Amino acid sequence: MTTQSALDRQSIIVLALLGAAAILVPVLNMAVAPGSPLHLSDHLVPLIGKYVCFALLALSVDLIWGFCGILSLGHGAFFALGGYAMGMYLMRQIGPRGVYADPVLPDFMVFLNWKELPWFWHGIDWLPFAALMVLVVPGVLALVFGWFAFRSRVTGVYLSIITQAMTFALMLAFFRNDMGFGGNNGLTDFKDIVGFPIQSASTRIVLFVLSVAALAGGYLLCRWVVNSKFGKVLVAIRDAESRTRFLGYRVEHYKLAVFTLSAMLAGVAGALYVPQVGIINPSEFAPANSIELVIWVAVGGRGTLAGPILGAFLVNAGKTWFTGVLPEFWLFALGGLFVFVTLLMPRGILGAATDLWAGGARRIKSRPVPETVSQAAE
Amino acid sequence: MTAPLTPTLLYLDNVSVSFDGFRALNALSLAIDHAEMRAIIGPNGAGKTTMMDVITGKTRPNEGTALFEGTHDLTALDEAAIAELGIGRKFQTPTVFEMHSVEDNILLALKENRSPFATLLSRRSARERERIDALLERVRLTAHRHRKAGELSHGQKQWLEIGMLLAQQPKLLLIDEPAAGMTDQETAETADLLRDIAKTQAVVVVEHDMTFVRDLDVKVTCLHEGSVLAEGTLDAVSANERVVEVYLGR
Repeated sequence: MTTQSALDRQSIIVLALLGAAAILVPVLNMAVAPGSPLHLSDHLVPLIGKYVCFALLALSVDLIWGFCGILSLGHGAFFALGGYAMGMYLMRQIGPRGVYADPVLPDFMVFLNWKELPWFWHGIDWLPFAALMVLVVPGVLALVFGWFAFRSRVTGVYLSIITQAMTFALMLAFFRNDMGFGGNNGLTDFKDIVGFPIQSASTRIVLFVLSVAALAGGYLLCRWVVNSKFGKVLVAIRDAESRTRFLGYRVEHYKLAVFTLSAMLAGVAGALYVPQVGIINPSEFAPANSIELVIWVAVGGRGTLAGPILGAFLVNAGKTWFTGVLPEFWLFALGGLFVFVTLLMPRGILGAATDLWAGGARRIKSRPVPETVSQAAE
Repeated sequence: MTAPLTPTLLYLDNVSVSFDGFRALNALSLAIDHAEMRAIIGPNGAGKTTMMDVITGKTRPNEGTALFEGTHDLTALDEAAIAELGIGRKFQTPTVFEMHSVEDNILLALKENRSPFATLLSRRSARERERIDALLERVRLTAHRHRKAGELSHGQKQWLEIGMLLAQQPKLLLIDEPAAGMTDQETAETADLLRDIAKTQAVVVVEHDMTFVRDLDVKVTCLHEGSVLAEGTLDAVSANERVVEVYLGR
């Protein structure tokens, strides 16, 4: 019972902080005068919005890694695919305002001398369809990839390696102009989103609030999943896979279900990221991105849901600061952080904080009756 | 296929398994009846664990027949399907879900729909709660129900795993060295529990502890080099010259 109420307290804190961000950021940006020290400048809104999307991505990785032991080193691919679906929608919104002023074809297609829109670009100019693709494309890839991998019982480091290969292969494919996704340059120069100018301060605020809402929704969804009996089966698979199988659970079905759900969450994160940063290109598929996001999760504390959100914010804020002040040292700092956390805080910041808290509470409780400690230790 | 080929619950005939030329099972034949308890003894490497692996679908035999209830071909099914048929297994080292509470360990083992959608939407019913209470009482872990399974003592983990087996409501229980690491008192209690279970379900126990096997007081099969060396009452098997030579020692 105690763990249950502790989890609820964690949810309240997470939701309260996200709610505060959704209110404070717009207020500090729009209502506070630009001269005031409390004013949040315009360029910080999409920056924080970007962190929020990364936090949702980290959450999706925690769902599979923290709770089911599936270490995906290719989750950036699902994020990028969601981003591309959104980018295609935004490209089609440009219409005749492109450099070549073609009413239908995006600039890069005109440049490549293409005469008509490829079949897979049809329908994406309708937002509900684009939104559906944000979920469907990463979901279907995860389903097909996972079906082969989990059915063949590929686990552990082997699975990590093939997920890494998957994102690398996609990166190479998207670099090619023939793929029809803008090649090297990707998709950019977006003008507006559902009729609102994408660069305007108010649009950015709306996108920010939507991202926070998506993160809160994603958090609640993951919370619900891991607290259900399904979530208990996931943890059982993580800790004793073959035992779970001998109990009669089809481990591959569980892994496939959670992997697909996680890929879809990553896709949503990517779709919200693209309009805020204004570009999507094949470098989002880079294997290093997927590794970096695993570090966010490890730093925050895997298997805690709230930890990866914290980790994504801290590491990315650190990255922004470092790349501004000491750009050449960022990768060393990131590597050092990862080693530090792995060696000294194997359960991440949140895990270490929880242990500290619990240890302190136990010490206070046990002081009058020292025997309880030895009993508990048995 | 519909008419049972044999009236016995578990029927192994001429089962052989080799790993890289090593014959772990060598034309093993064994039959277990409904609600029968059988003790399997034998030296290390006799094929006891491999036999359990074949029955539960972990290892595919190179040749031979393995039938459950006379109709189900165990060599063609995977672990989950075999568990669903009603064969439960307890491992040699107690394997429980250490990060879950004792209660949740039992909950996960309860005979319920095991599909992902069913578990995602399932809510704990009053019937499930009663089953969990009854099982915890039976394996004497009621007082520990909210503790993490990883915090239990070795003996308690063994009992928890037996509780999980019972929660599956299997027709056949395969139990690998249940008394390992237990005190004499716990060992005697475990024998009582198994005898009680065997009134309604078939139980196959692999054990090295001869005192424990004597406590069980059931038919004994001695394996050696992958096949049956002797079978019968413990006294008859212990009197067998070959058994004494390879296993019990003079």
